[in-house]
Amino acid sequence: RDCLQADIKCLSGWKLWNRTSSKSLKKVLNEVKELSSYLELWRHDIHSIEGKFGTGIQSYFSFLRFLVLLNFIIFILMFSFVTLPTIISNYGIFNSSFAKIPPKNIEPHCTVYKPSGNKGLVYFYTYLKDLLSGTGFLEVTSLFYGYYTIDAAWLSILRYNLPLAYLLATFAYLALSLLWIIKRSVEGFKRNLVHAEDQFQSYCNKVFAGWDFCITDPNAARLKHRSLQYELQTDLEEERQKRKKADRTMKEKLRIYSLRIFINIIVFAVLSGCFYSIYKATVFSQENSNVSIRHDIRTDLIGAVQYLPSMVITLANFIAPQIFSFLIKFEDYSPAFEIRLTLMRCIFVRLANIGVLLFSLWSQISYCTTDKCKACGYNYELYPCWESEVGQEMYKLMIFDFIIILAVTLFVDFPRKLLVTHCSCKPVQWCGLQEFGISDNVLEIIYGQTICWIGTFFSPLLPAIATIKYFIIFYIKKISLIHTRKPAARPIRASSSNFFFLVVLLIGLLLAFIPLGISIAHIPSSKACGPFRSFNTSWAVVPDTILGFPTGLQKVLYSIASEAFAVPFFMVICLVMFYFIALAGAHKRVVEQLREQLVMVRFDPLFCVPKV
Amino acid sequence: AYKRFRELLPKEERENACSARLPKSQILTLPELRANPFQHRICRVFSTSDYGDDSMSFEDFLDMLSVFSDSATSDIKSYYAFRIFDFDDDGTLDRKDLEKLVNCLTGQGEESRLSNAEMEQLIQNILEESDIDKDGTINLSEFQHVVSRSPDFVRCGGLQQ
Repeated sequence: RDCLQADIKCLSGWKLWNRTSSKSLKKVLNEVKELSSYLELWRHDIHSIEGKFGTGIQSYFSFLRFLVLLNFIIFILMFSFVTLPTIISNYGIFNSSFAKIPPKNIEPHCTVYKPSGNKGLVYFYTYLKDLLSGTGFLEVTSLFYGYYTIDAAWLSILRYNLPLAYLLATFAYLALSLLWIIKRSVEGFKRNLVHAEDQFQSYCNKVFAGWDFCITDPNAARLKHRSLQYELQTDLEEERQKRKKADRTMKEKLRIYSLRIFINIIVFAVLSGCFYSIYKATVFSQENSNVSIRHDIRTDLIGAVQYLPSMVITLANFIAPQIFSFLIKFEDYSPAFEIRLTLMRCIFVRLANIGVLLFSLWSQISYCTTDKCKACGYNYELYPCWESEVGQEMYKLMIFDFIIILAVTLFVDFPRKLLVTHCSCKPVQWCGLQEFGISDNVLEIIYGQTICWIGTFFSPLLPAIATIKYFIIFYIKKISLIHTRKPAARPIRASSSNFFFLVVLLIGLLLAFIPLGISIAHIPSSKACGPFRSFNTSWAVVPDTILGFPTGLQKVLYSIASEAFAVPFFMVICLVMFYFIALAGAHKRVVEQLREQLVMVRFDPLFCVPKV
Repeated sequence: AYKRFRELLPKEERENACSARLPKSQILTLPELRANPFQHRICRVFSTSDYGDDSMSFEDFLDMLSVFSDSATSDIKSYYAFRIFDFDDDGTLDRKDLEKLVNCLTGQGEESRLSNAEMEQLIQNILEESDIDKDGTINLSEFQHVVSRSPDFVRCGGLQQ
């Protein structure tokens, strides 16, 4: 400290001022950083969960928080660019007006659309039914695609091209989700790449350096003990497995491989069974609900029939993973690979179920026999506004998913906890409390998020519902975790899980691109409602707008889209990718060499160090 | 650090804290040591008591805190870690020491111990990785060598002040 004081006296006035100002700037920046970390949502909750339950479960909750934020941002995007201009121009605020251009060259029968909003005296339960299934009074609100039947909005003299904005907002939210997920997964990817090689000293590292001396809470200590035990046991098990594999004779190998092929065939059969039942359920539900509406019959069965696809999907999502985890025991894989393979199969089931639902919906929508129907391009009698129908299905899926999560927590977890605490008979105690299955819960929320991504194009306010849904789910899961779950017997490492969750989320997003791409570019948009009435398909608004640009810009855009540009561009991208892969390989080799050098350097002088 | 030492002493001895000795039971109430499975070994290693009762004077206390602080070099940390892990104080880590070490790590209680076969396999692997002169035990130099290549050791040996 004396040196510092002397130093300060020696410096000239300007340098002194420089130093103090940089110090105070650093202080201010630090304080700003601290303040902004307080603004982070649920910071305290997630910290306490980490302390009590470990980093694996904490990674689930931070993943949930990430989804809440993502959905909120998507909602803000869609609301400000699509819903807000429509509402403003509909109600004539700020001197705005809208233009509804009747579509040219379209048969008049295609444009008939009379949404049956509730008229006259209706029972109260009809409102409830409409709330749950998106029909009736909800169908004509801004929740669904059919509300946005505006071709242009005028704000004094500015012309707002709503169809283009709708399409571009869709692309924007998809691109935003993609970039944000990739950015978050890059850190995990870097860590995985560096640590992916077999550590040649893993046992010593775990045993001598395994205990974290900063742990002060006995619960956290218990958790650390358990995780150390589990890690050591898994490593030993993997080694035994490797030895067994190396010792296998030819006959045994043949037996194992044929068994694996047979089990994969069973898995395939189970999957086909699921898909077929979903297809049949969707077709059945669509036919019955349409028949009833056409004949104006309101029966109580409509509720159940409308929800049939959602129920079948939930059932399939519940049964298939049980079957898979039962089957994989026979396949004799190493434990880590077992977990990963079961997870991949479960992911595939969940995401493919949504795909099958959409496919069966489309087959219904584009089913055309009469000439009149072919003129419109879709089944205009049953689905005058088919985008709203698809939006309703996605809305129903989302609400049903939310209800199931609530119901399982209320009617399965809490009674189970009450039973275990108050009833001491053998079978109940043997069942015991459930563990918090991280992968199951993560798959659940990724399934919900994929529905949200697909559904936002058909129902622009869906992200708001998703935000509220995940917000409530956070608190439900937290309460259920604290009160009704027993600590996990097999703690999972957080760093690899984080990366894994984001990879699965990315798969969900890429899978969401496919139905959206087909809807936008392939299926003719409905002529009776929505912003794309005057276009063949929803995508057609983009070429239309480009034709309105000045010729110079048009030429540039056409050249970008032509082959003469695309092929060299693709080749350059490939070259850049190869360069980066080679760079990564070279860095890995350098790391290996440095490690070996370290061994050499430390080896010799060590024997000369005198014993203290 | 002096304040913390004084707080742990019973009231009568607080005036001449510099020369008082802290009994083991009081040391174990420190939050950092409470949850630590090596608490008894730590007390034994740092105590310079002649009576073998593991009591610590202020110098011993200061020694302990300085070894566990972030500013201790890895040589010092690895030396003291070796002494802590050496349960029978014979200067080498043999099979029995390693067995006790692993049992401390996996927790107290019957169901948290590894089975005999697993323990054998684990100890075999550890000796394979670290025993350079193949004598079946790990001496200080081999231990320091192994630990210097361990990425996690530096992080684990730190206590919050």
